[in-house]
Amino acid sequence: MFNEGLKMKTFRKFAVMGISALATPLLLAAQAPGFRHAPPDAAAAAAPRTLAPYFTPATSRSKAPDADGFLQRWMLLEPIVKPNRTNIVFTGTYVRSAFNAPYFPDQFTVLPHNGDKVTVGGQELAWHALDSTGFNVKLFRFAYGLNKPTYGVLFWAVTIVNSPREMKNVRLAAGSNSASMWWLNGEDVADLFDDRRMVMDDVVSRPLTLNKGRNVLRGAVINGPGMSDFCVRFVDANENPIKDVTLSLP
Amino acid sequence: MKPNPLALAFFALLPVFACGSAWSQLAGEPYIHDPSTVIQSDGKYYTFGTGGGGLISDDGYTWHSGAVRPGGGVAPDVIHIGDRYYVAYAVGGGGMSGGHASKVKVMWNKTLDPKSPDFQFHDVGVVASSNGVEDCDAIDPAFLYVKGHLWLSYGTYFGFIRMVELDPRTGKRLAGNKPVNVAIDMEATDLLYRDGWYYLLGTHGTCCDGANSTYNIRVGRSRNPTGPYVDNIGIPLLRGGGKLVAAASGRHIGLGHFGLLNLGDGVELFSMHYEADLDRGGRSVLDIRPLLWKDGWPVGGDHFEPGTYEIQSERSGGALELAVDFVRMNNGRRRGWGPPTGPVTPIPNQTLAQDSEKWPAGNIAVDINDYMVRPHQLWTITPVENAGGYPGAPYFKIAIAGTDRALAAAADGEVVAVPDFTGAPEQLWRIDELIDGTYRIMPKAVPNSAAPAALTAIGASTPTLTQFDPKSDKAKWSFHKP
Repeated sequence: MFNEGLKMKTFRKFAVMGISALATPLLLAAQAPGFRHAPPDAAAAAAPRTLAPYFTPATSRSKAPDADGFLQRWMLLEPIVKPNRTNIVFTGTYVRSAFNAPYFPDQFTVLPHNGDKVTVGGQELAWHALDSTGFNVKLFRFAYGLNKPTYGVLFWAVTIVNSPREMKNVRLAAGSNSASMWWLNGEDVADLFDDRRMVMDDVVSRPLTLNKGRNVLRGAVINGPGMSDFCVRFVDANENPIKDVTLSLP
Repeated sequence: MKPNPLALAFFALLPVFACGSAWSQLAGEPYIHDPSTVIQSDGKYYTFGTGGGGLISDDGYTWHSGAVRPGGGVAPDVIHIGDRYYVAYAVGGGGMSGGHASKVKVMWNKTLDPKSPDFQFHDVGVVASSNGVEDCDAIDPAFLYVKGHLWLSYGTYFGFIRMVELDPRTGKRLAGNKPVNVAIDMEATDLLYRDGWYYLLGTHGTCCDGANSTYNIRVGRSRNPTGPYVDNIGIPLLRGGGKLVAAASGRHIGLGHFGLLNLGDGVELFSMHYEADLDRGGRSVLDIRPLLWKDGWPVGGDHFEPGTYEIQSERSGGALELAVDFVRMNNGRRRGWGPPTGPVTPIPNQTLAQDSEKWPAGNIAVDINDYMVRPHQLWTITPVENAGGYPGAPYFKIAIAGTDRALAAAADGEVVAVPDFTGAPEQLWRIDELIDGTYRIMPKAVPNSAAPAALTAIGASTPTLTQFDPKSDKAKWSFHKP
């Protein structure tokens, strides 16, 4: 037997489990031996934080989507603090209300530049022009790399989609962790509600039209205790990714 | 000695735990969270859970606490290789809003029977870890042993699911082996291998929210154990893909923590927990259900649903029936086939009274014949309480609908219908769904015989009991609503 002393501990363990079955499951998690969450490795936690390898500064004039059509260039606003211990509250009603709350002036129309700042709830937040190195935009790593809050947060994202011609019957395909909403040229085109994780092509919009020239794509993502993330691309009527657009910054 | 307040509370509440609620599929007290693969040791079935300990069953149907697993931590898995049972579990991680530093530990034992003199866990040590900052939280380990390689997957929603390789002789991580990212958006992974494909199963959705848990089990596959894994429409599991294997249904919410229990002969089962069994007060419980395979993908099956059925032979398509004189129904024939000249009125089905008027009083032989929706061809199948069971299910009574005339194994190894059900072992039936969706039907016992036997259409019209041949349709059956 591993440890004779475990006999008494085992009894206490089952007693706690029995009582916890009538309480919340999290109570079990907090009380069962060997179940306490460990602090992060000290050296890892103390390591300098950077946006690499998840993001690079967006410096080129324009950027094409990746090989699968995912949009990697974004203006990202440092996270707004929006405490939520759980994501189960992210019903459509809650999320719409959360995103419609006024956080900063012109939040649905602003075309920010790198370094622009807004003040939300007494916190000064900056916009960053970034290219994601992956198909997805890891907002958690964006916040972590900048030493900003990573949980209980709300992110805003904006990009300019330049189309060489008018494209009809295209759809926006989005995935996010957790809930999000997406606006194309000011119109709400995709809503991802409830506690969800990022799945590519999770929610796909109705058929849309990309204007020849500039189109503004704006998104908002909210998360409680999870790893904030999103991925977005356009697909055509045959669900093939649209790759002959370019992304630029306002 | 001062009374332990926790002990007092526990025993005060014991009647609450012990009393049964509405009927649920597994009997006993199958209360567990994050169950490991169900595994056999020394003639019993074991599964371990989060927090320590676990469940034991003699038959895989009735479960009780009593399995012993030291170390605490979460979501263990177990595998039998050679003379060792390796057990993996994780400590430290699984937090929300932080708490992602974690260690996957392995230990081994020669037996899982805590009463055995050989019961002694030996610590192997840490085989995988996460530092709390990197894109992984090393919890929920799962083993796969294939072609001499021992693989271990682990991880949860924070970052990636990863795969490492262990030494099957020691349980230790292979020197120089690096973790490979294989999926996102899941936890409680499990690994299967079949026909050249590696399958990565994981639980998507939200854990630990009782009846509101969205937990569901999904799968991707790859020709390579380290991926890339994709689902049925080619979405990589590294991009959130996954084909559904099983999700909530009926009174069972939040399926998670898949484990394979392969009984052989085309019978495969999967174990899981429900975040909330609504019939058991919304508690987390173990269940074991059939696993099917369709077009190279695992599909979660359902428990056999009691009811009245035609039992159809896959050999001939005929229906199992009492070998009695066919009783003609009145009416049904008319002169000519033109449209009706008067009101059209339905003809009632033949009644049991009409059909059974001349049935013998004693045992009646059973044969297979064209299905005519006649009472002598309709069988009511019901679970038998307190008669034990087999992995995942109770024994069933199979009786002619509306009567107590029960299907039974006969002393000569044949099949009869006895006039009254007594609950004798030869009248209790095991119904296993096979991986192709058909069923094997076996009596609990055959009088004067120790050899297991299955209902088999030895002739197009003749059923018998004989050794089950998984390769033949002769021993396969399907159930159809009347």
